[in-house]
Amino acid sequence: MIADVGAQLGLAYAFVEREVALSKRYWAWEIVWLVYGIVTSLSVAYIGLAAPAITGGSENTAAVSRLVLYLLIGTITWRFLGLIFEQMAETIAWERWEGTIEYTFMAPVPRITHLLGMCGATLVRALAFSVAILAAVALFVPVDLSHANALAAGVLLLVGAVAFVGLAIASAVFPLLWTEKGLQMAYIVQAVVLLVSGVYYPTTILPGWMQILSFISPATYVIRGMRDALLDGADLVAVWPNLWPALLVGAISIPLGMRVFLWAERHAKRTGRLKRSG
Amino acid sequence: MAIQIRERIRTEKKTAALAACEVSKAFRPSRVVPVGGMTVRAVDAVSLSVWRGEIYGLLGANGSGKSTLIRLFSTLLTPEAGTVSIFGLDIGRDELAVKRLINRVSVEASFFKKLSAMENLVYAGRLCGVPPEESRAKVTSILRRLGIEDARMKEPLDKLSRGMQQKVAIARAFLTTPMLLLLDEPTTGLDIRSKREVQTFVRDLRDEHDATILLTTHDLDEAARLADRIGILHQGRLVAEGTPAELAARHGGTLEDVFMTLTGRRIEEGDEAGGPAE
Repeated sequence: MIADVGAQLGLAYAFVEREVALSKRYWAWEIVWLVYGIVTSLSVAYIGLAAPAITGGSENTAAVSRLVLYLLIGTITWRFLGLIFEQMAETIAWERWEGTIEYTFMAPVPRITHLLGMCGATLVRALAFSVAILAAVALFVPVDLSHANALAAGVLLLVGAVAFVGLAIASAVFPLLWTEKGLQMAYIVQAVVLLVSGVYYPTTILPGWMQILSFISPATYVIRGMRDALLDGADLVAVWPNLWPALLVGAISIPLGMRVFLWAERHAKRTGRLKRSG
Repeated sequence: MAIQIRERIRTEKKTAALAACEVSKAFRPSRVVPVGGMTVRAVDAVSLSVWRGEIYGLLGANGSGKSTLIRLFSTLLTPEAGTVSIFGLDIGRDELAVKRLINRVSVEASFFKKLSAMENLVYAGRLCGVPPEESRAKVTSILRRLGIEDARMKEPLDKLSRGMQQKVAIARAFLTTPMLLLLDEPTTGLDIRSKREVQTFVRDLRDEHDATILLTTHDLDEAARLADRIGILHQGRLVAEGTPAELAARHGGTLEDVFMTLTGRRIEEGDEAGGPAE
């Protein structure tokens, strides 16, 4: 049993190692995404700094600082979750582009091990990017984390990542089923999640039907909890109302995402879509 | 488990390496998005057996169903009707066990283009349970034998010629030592010298690793040179089968004459009813 788990972990690690090697070879693109992440996060922070000038409201330093941090937590947490979503959703499209999809699906690796390996690689990359973006933004904008509860924030981020993985795996199905337009469909899902999850604003300002969608998005709870932990120093007990729904979404979405993926793989094999070209 | 299956196969000499019984596959236009097109019957009630240690050549014009058949045997497609077993294991029911026994080299080498030959092969080894340190030593020795210099082993694959890439694909088969190797037009587009080298490696693989080989080709000379038995596929149906000498005796003349007699056309001419997987 332990040997079997060890063997599966070894197989899953093959995908992590492969992704790290690919990141090194495509280093110029990694720099592009990093710069893009820094610039967009910084732009959002400057919107916060400029709020008094834009609205003509008070220039209360504490309030402005809180707004900047509020926006930064949203944008960087979203960057972290978004990277997980994008890389997982692109798993199939990328392998199709490289021409390796057939070989990967022929490999003697259980699909769950394959997808978990990809999740591991994705988490490493998303975490590295998010830390680098936060560090870079802190050079330009004062970031006050003196009240932050790092433990609660870390747990929320981890749970959020797990919860997002299920959604991302399910979205990776689109490029598997629709060889030409599937990736675009996955990006639409990502955009809708961004809109309804309260990345830049409280979800209470959304129209009623959007609030229903925000209710099922794991990002809603993660971002809300991260704000509580980093802005107000909420501990694990205090963030529990946001932690358990994210855990629940993860507990439902991962097995569901896996099942959807396995169904899509069977469908692709029936219809001849498991191939390098569209 | 994988080792036990291999041991069982080695001792059971009578089981066919590959047994296909009345296998059919058709591709239908999408019911969801009506884009036109018609149902294409790519493989039509094909039955064939490949015996252990044999090189079986599958001859057919473009569009005759060769690649569809190979993709069915590779677990990349599911048959609509009929059964396929590899060393007695059903490709649907025992998919993972079957994947441990097979490898495929297709007309285009499936590799991560920016990774080196070494990185690609170590990754392939990991997926097949070969530890990286063991892979590295083996890869160096195999690639040297295939005439690839040490310096080129660390270059990105897209810097190597197609002939060299195909040798790396053959090296992958040497590394993972499959019991059944599926070669889908492995020499198409190669110059004469590379073609001969690849053909030599195919023979070596059979002789040194006790591998069984199914080779699809539209090169009559290659089929005659390599195959112990030949099957001729025409419009998805297996129209003849036998050793080159048997086919010549049965239908008269050269292998080209046999092909013309059975199909009514030259092998260079494509079949109209070819499947999309061709």
